[in-house]
Amino acid sequence: MSIAFYPLALLTLAGGLAAVMLKNTVHCALALTVAFAGLALLFLELDAQFAGFAQILVYIGAVAILVVFAILLTKGSETPASGIFSSTWLVGLVIAAGVFAVLSWAVLQSVSALPNETAVPAITVHDIGNALVGRYVLPLEIVALLLTAATIGAVIVALHEKVGEK
Amino acid sequence: MIVTPLAAYLIVAALLFAIGLAGALTRRNAILVLIGIELMLNAANLNLIAFWRYGPHPEALTGMMFAIFSIAVAAAEAAVGLGLVISIYRHTHTTDLDQINRMKG
Repeated sequence: MSIAFYPLALLTLAGGLAAVMLKNTVHCALALTVAFAGLALLFLELDAQFAGFAQILVYIGAVAILVVFAILLTKGSETPASGIFSSTWLVGLVIAAGVFAVLSWAVLQSVSALPNETAVPAITVHDIGNALVGRYVLPLEIVALLLTAATIGAVIVALHEKVGEK
Repeated sequence: MIVTPLAAYLIVAALLFAIGLAGALTRRNAILVLIGIELMLNAANLNLIAFWRYGPHPEALTGMMFAIFSIAVAAAEAAVGLGLVISIYRHTHTTDLDQINRMKG
């Protein structure tokens, strides 16, 4: 594990924390972008170049922009007078803390059967392309169908519906 | 206690998952709930990539493919989810989840 892991993990967690804590919704979306960028860098740190760049393209390039559009289309940037946290925030916080406690306990208690330092896997984009159209061609087709259905579905759901007209 | 690299990545992913879960459960704005869900999905992706990297057969590409397909499905989820939020906003003129408490429009 190289020294770059610590600042990257810190950046990701700070971005994620800011994304759920900040008052202004637009600031939350920008903090979310920072968290996505930190995750992409962590993927690169794990020698998963393709996944890292896919993360940058899909999340920073598409999902973050989509979130900003949704915020601007819904007046979501206005801070409500009743506060930004829901009335049952304490229960949610306790559940999240419990989940983290269980997960970290399980990770720290378990003894890894895997070696600590393995050689860097020699994976090229060529290999990934071959696997995508070879062994994983059926999942690829299903994902293509899913993305088409999701695009059409999102347009139909968000389509403006006139009052009194079905 | 010596923390292995894999365990360090898993702890970071668990923390990110907990942050996303806390955001999804405590925020009032529907878009912020979706942001929390995105953070949880990303934490799961980090787990997949970490297990791929430190697993016994990285050349089989299993974890990597799982993460790539997960990214694609999460993108579809984000598009549909935000479309739903916009549709609900048109109907109720709010994205405050405490005020959206009726199933019937």
